[in-house]
Amino acid sequence: MSLYQISKLLFQLNRDEALKRAFKSAPQDAIAPFELSEEERRAVLEPDIGLLYVLGVNGQILMHFAAFCGIEWSDYLQRMRDGVKRHGPVRAGIYAMLSGVDEKVAGS
Amino acid sequence: MSLVFSGICSHAPGITGRAERADPALRDPLYKAFGGMRDALHAARPDALIVVAAEHFANFFMNNMPAYALGMAENYDGPIEDVEWLRIPRRTVRGNPDLSRRLIVEVQQSVDVAYAEEWRFDHGIMVPLHFLDPDNRLTIIPGNINCQGPPLTPLRRAWAFGEALRRACDAVPERIALVATGGISHWPATPDSGMINVDWDKDFLDRWVRQDKDAMLSYTDAETYRDAGQGGFEIRTFIAAAAAARGQGTIHFYAPIPIFAVGCTVATMEIA
Ligand SMILES: [Fe+2]
Repeated sequence: MSLYQISKLLFQLNRDEALKRAFKSAPQDAIAPFELSEEERRAVLEPDIGLLYVLGVNGQILMHFAAFCGIEWSDYLQRMRDGVKRHGPVRAGIYAMLSGVDEKVAGS
Repeated sequence: MSLVFSGICSHAPGITGRAERADPALRDPLYKAFGGMRDALHAARPDALIVVAAEHFANFFMNNMPAYALGMAENYDGPIEDVEWLRIPRRTVRGNPDLSRRLIVEVQQSVDVAYAEEWRFDHGIMVPLHFLDPDNRLTIIPGNINCQGPPLTPLRRAWAFGEALRRACDAVPERIALVATGGISHWPATPDSGMINVDWDKDFLDRWVRQDKDAMLSYTDAETYRDAGQGGFEIRTFIAAAAAARGQGTIHFYAPIPIFAVGCTVATMEIA
């Protein structure tokens, strides 16, 4: 597990236009420099926002990756909820979910 | 000259990015309160505005995370976010590296602040500037307190940073304004986005308004996380503003607006 590496990839992707272009055109190559587990690679490439959330990616990084992938706000919230439903509770970090998997708070 | 203005406000990206999804009965008074703060800020005729925010991995990351940082650049760009997502147009903001350097030298007498000659503004600074400096007229000096990537600086050090900023402002000939931005309780960018602990917020703001230092510094991070979420860690910026201003606070607006993901706050504090 390398939460730091996957967070760093998404942090750089959020702020680097060249990396964004590379990720769009050849995603496998773009993420190659980062030491990711197979699960993490799959989560980024799919993208599986729910799994990235469960892996512990900080929401302040994840919400911009979701927007970059064209995922609208309500859909972003739902994908995190679905991720917890499918993969279990958030495994690391400080962005755990408190409400139930079928609850709605705001904007869902 | 001295510190001539001090205030705090929310910076949640939903305030601009999801504007049309909020109840106008809450949203419009919030925008009006931002307008009032803008007028008061400009009436103070500041030569520069220090915006102390709690940024969200726009510049600082866990590869090399400063607890405290001040900008020292000629110019700053923002927002770093997608402009359609944040709904704030991109702008280049004027800095003042010479003034920054003099402030930093004084702050360093008591707090080991990092300095940055590159800094891209995220919503932590851009949402407030969108309301407080819509015409992009002010000279801005960005400040940051790490409230995102633990381990986080202790609250009493955030207080010391505010004191250091005050000393630095008082030591330069320019007129300086200070706005600290953040959230009180909130669970941003999680599925719980929109959860707000109104009682906790009101209690914190009461401590802030009364300038009750001991009460403001008495929270442990575990308590804050439990009662106010990871977003609650941003009280560090509000605490620094209180330490800098030293006076009594006035809340111009507070209301939980769930689609904005935070108890939206606009407040000013007397300079004492
Ligand atoms: Fe924030």
